[in-house]
Amino acid sequence: MVKSNYIIELTNVSKSFGDKVVLDDVSLSVKQGEFLTILGPSGCGKTTLLRLLAGFNTASEGEIRIGGEVVTDTPPHKRPVNTVFQRYALFPNYNVFDNIAFGLKLKGVERKQIETRVKRALKMVGMTDYEHRDVDSLSGGQQQRVAIARAIVNRPQVLLLDEPLAALDLKMRKDMQMELKEMHRSLGITFVYVTHDQEEALTLSDTIVVMSEGRIQQIGTPMDIYNEPCNSFVADFIGESNILNAVMVRDRLVRFMGKEFECVDTGFGEDVPVDVVIRPEDVYIIAQRSSAMFTGTVRSCTFKGVHYEMFVDTPDGYEIMIQDYNRFEVGTEVGMIVKPSDIHVMRKERVCNTLEGVMKDATHVEMLGGVFECTPAEGVEAGEKVRVEVDFGDVELTDDSSDGTVGGTIRFILYKGDRFHLTVRTEEGINIYADTHDVWEDLDEVGIKIRPQSLRISRMQ
Amino acid sequence: MGRLFRLFGRRSNWALPYAVFLVIFVVLPLLLIVLYAFQDAEGNFTLENFVHFFNQPEVIRTFVYSVGIAFVTTAICLLLGYPAAYIMSRMRSNSAVIVVMLFILPMWINMLIRTMATVTLFDFLKMPLGQGALVFGMVYNYLPFMIYPIYNVLQKMDHNLIEAAEDLGAKPRQVFARVVLPLSMPGVMSGVMMVFLPTISTFALAEMLTLNKIRLFGTVIQENINNTMWNYGAALSFIMLIIIGITSIFTYRSKDGNLNDTGLI
Repeated sequence: MVKSNYIIELTNVSKSFGDKVVLDDVSLSVKQGEFLTILGPSGCGKTTLLRLLAGFNTASEGEIRIGGEVVTDTPPHKRPVNTVFQRYALFPNYNVFDNIAFGLKLKGVERKQIETRVKRALKMVGMTDYEHRDVDSLSGGQQQRVAIARAIVNRPQVLLLDEPLAALDLKMRKDMQMELKEMHRSLGITFVYVTHDQEEALTLSDTIVVMSEGRIQQIGTPMDIYNEPCNSFVADFIGESNILNAVMVRDRLVRFMGKEFECVDTGFGEDVPVDVVIRPEDVYIIAQRSSAMFTGTVRSCTFKGVHYEMFVDTPDGYEIMIQDYNRFEVGTEVGMIVKPSDIHVMRKERVCNTLEGVMKDATHVEMLGGVFECTPAEGVEAGEKVRVEVDFGDVELTDDSSDGTVGGTIRFILYKGDRFHLTVRTEEGINIYADTHDVWEDLDEVGIKIRPQSLRISRMQ
Repeated sequence: MGRLFRLFGRRSNWALPYAVFLVIFVVLPLLLIVLYAFQDAEGNFTLENFVHFFNQPEVIRTFVYSVGIAFVTTAICLLLGYPAAYIMSRMRSNSAVIVVMLFILPMWINMLIRTMATVTLFDFLKMPLGQGALVFGMVYNYLPFMIYPIYNVLQKMDHNLIEAAEDLGAKPRQVFARVVLPLSMPGVMSGVMMVFLPTISTFALAEMLTLNKIRLFGTVIQENINNTMWNYGAALSFIMLIIIGITSIFTYRSKDGNLNDTGLI
């Protein structure tokens, strides 16, 4: 058997709690010695993924290998991994020394050796001479250091860290980030780090795994993820960005905001709808409007320390975020330039809603857990399964969820420069996407209405 | 009216009615016990009552026996109660509530009625009343007081601690011995006090469940007081209070005063 050089291999792993699917067909390989970060908003399944690796939960489907061995159903105490918990989870009945020695004592390591190893671990986390302190008497940062020492003293093949710095204040967090990176270098073991903080992920990682809704969105180096996000979710989640609807006219030419721009992307085809991402620091803002690619009026300007953050309204109703070292007064007419290489083109995941439904009668279709009126559809009979297409702009949202044909919750909001692209989860758990100019908030309860003539019904193939 | 309003307007003053109650029915009687214990029938200071106690081997034997019975009862309650509390704390919350209710339910019925029912049950089963029945009755009556504080501590325990122990290589048995058990000690101590202290001084249960064949220390005190031997009764009560006090301090000290974690004390 050839020993693979991946320390962790997940193959088609899924996990559900009851009906709720938390991880959906996740496959992932982690190289020996890598610092891998799993990044995503809360509820994306990142902590569950870590718990599957630690063995606190077992996968509903799929296979997990650590160090080449299948550990899918192995209990936590037999796995070659150790975990650093978000809330430290130090044993309050033991002092610092006994907490760190806990794992070594269980393994039956010799007393003398335990002492040297605990001392070395304490030194590594900068807590020398704290052996006999009560854990309750330590500050949050110190407790987290002890928790890290308690894990690394066992020399695990993989160190799992579950948002270890989330409970610390900003300054302490920054210091600890550097120390963790240094620790990773000197220990040479694999770190799997879970966080919702994109800056932390970019700073620490060799590889970032971006997750959303139980699925992996993108795997790559911090540079890849930042510069070449693969979809609008990743672009929006990592750093600040302007995300706009666009059409790929042909290779190296893309049209958005009513203008054509040169770009460097190829292979999308001709006249294909796409998303473009332009980072705010990649937009050059100039006073001279004649030589600009497009123009606009500065609507707001905020000092951010290193740079100014400005929002510029274009004549055709788009809002562009710009970061620049120069300050432009609110109300100034300005010109803007974007280099072709700074326009990142991404394939759209979908261009309209495609839903499944059942015809109730000639003018009613049942879908999303409700019955919608539709224009008489040709060639489909009552009781037949149909495919229903609805454009994003045709999905109407109402304040009161009982005003809609069905109710839903806003799960994700993406600003597209001139409109919001919302992901609405219906009570049935199906996502429907809506474009709107109205301002909604995450987790707002809404009603969903669709005009009969906006439903395009066709037979299921 | 205005003055009354001002009096009860301050929240700290709401404790006044209870403070009055406390003084009349708790502090004063305790002082009277101490006072009576050191007096003879004429009201002169004396240590005679205590000398009398130490000269009565039978009463000392009863005292030792009572402590022994209380000890056995507490031990049985602990052996039965800890596993029950542990299992309950591992249950899903809504089923745990039902089981906790089932354990608390007998406490809705008056202790004497319950004990009378126990006597009838023993008669019905043709089982003799006596020491066995006494221990059974005490365990039956005091078991909830053991289960509840232990359950409370176990249930509040951070589940991450158990996972951390597993993660560091502890087998389920080791997780229990090194993490769960030590951390549940405040609950155990609380439960021990809740069972041990009242069982030392009980007399009604002994009377009913042994047909007055077995006398406990509580019985002796009650007999003396009933026979107007106020001073000697008070001295015996005083001795018992000292023992209870020592036990409490001992159990309290053993865990840095963490007893308030249990939700009972």
